[in-house]
Amino acid sequence: MNDAPRIAVVTFPGSNDDGDAMLALELLGAEPVRVWHADAAIPDGTAGVVLPGGFSYGDYLRCGAIARFAPVMDAVGAFAAAGGPVLGICNGFQILCEAGLLPGVLRQNRQEQFICADVTITVESTSSAFAGTWEVGQELVIPIKHGEGNWYGDAELVAALEARGQIAFRYSDDVNGAIERVAGVTNEAGNVLGLMPHPEHAVDSLLGPTGGVAVLEGLLDAARVSVVH
Amino acid sequence: MKATVLIRPKEAILDPQGEAVGEALRTLGFAVTGARVGRLVDVDLDTDDPVEARTALDSMARDLLANPLTESFTIEIGTET
Repeated sequence: MNDAPRIAVVTFPGSNDDGDAMLALELLGAEPVRVWHADAAIPDGTAGVVLPGGFSYGDYLRCGAIARFAPVMDAVGAFAAAGGPVLGICNGFQILCEAGLLPGVLRQNRQEQFICADVTITVESTSSAFAGTWEVGQELVIPIKHGEGNWYGDAELVAALEARGQIAFRYSDDVNGAIERVAGVTNEAGNVLGLMPHPEHAVDSLLGPTGGVAVLEGLLDAARVSVVH
Repeated sequence: MKATVLIRPKEAILDPQGEAVGEALRTLGFAVTGARVGRLVDVDLDTDDPVEARTALDSMARDLLANPLTESFTIEIGTET
């Protein structure tokens, strides 16, 4: 048990929410550590990983498609395969999908517009490592800011995810055309979570809603009991 | 050897960009009933063997250029631009 778990925050060229992720994690009592995309390893003692938001590699080809080949992603993949908790936020979610660590893909918003708004998402499943203190139906207000947040999976995939409790969050309203209003999903093992809303921007009431606290606390809870260090 | 990989949104996939382009074309007065927007990648390969090139391009498309969940691709070998 580690009260201040060490969380590696990866900066890719074009990441722009890495700083806020560091601040939010520190505010919540973690020990955030910066990791550069070209690093071959994540720091010793890392108990959790955050892939932050931004526009890695200029969103060339498809969002996240190039970042998955960054040297550090081998280490992140190995950490995830060993059961370590990994959280992907916005572009980080897109990277995890492109890397095959999460199911589905993020496509251009249905309305062809970049959306920046506070949205309400609902906890849909508590079967992941992040969900120790979450309750199904719990509503969280967290900002989104994306042009490609329209999650897609075919009917077969969606049904399988639903059955296994891998749909972590849904938008209360259809904000971007995502199939089944999916806002976040986990992998089958429940130790990798990705979501489009930005919990790191929603941790201080001075700046707006605080729905992000529950999401990041979920990562810290998972990191505290993680067997991978 | 030059080649082109054409990447398209799969038929079952909604294509908001294509819809917007189709709507713009109709606004300009063209009798358009649909438009789909994809992407093309011109590749210069260090080989003269079309079979070898096709095998390599197929892997490139599957591994990186197209996302198999939402996109289909076709390969054109020996295209001169």
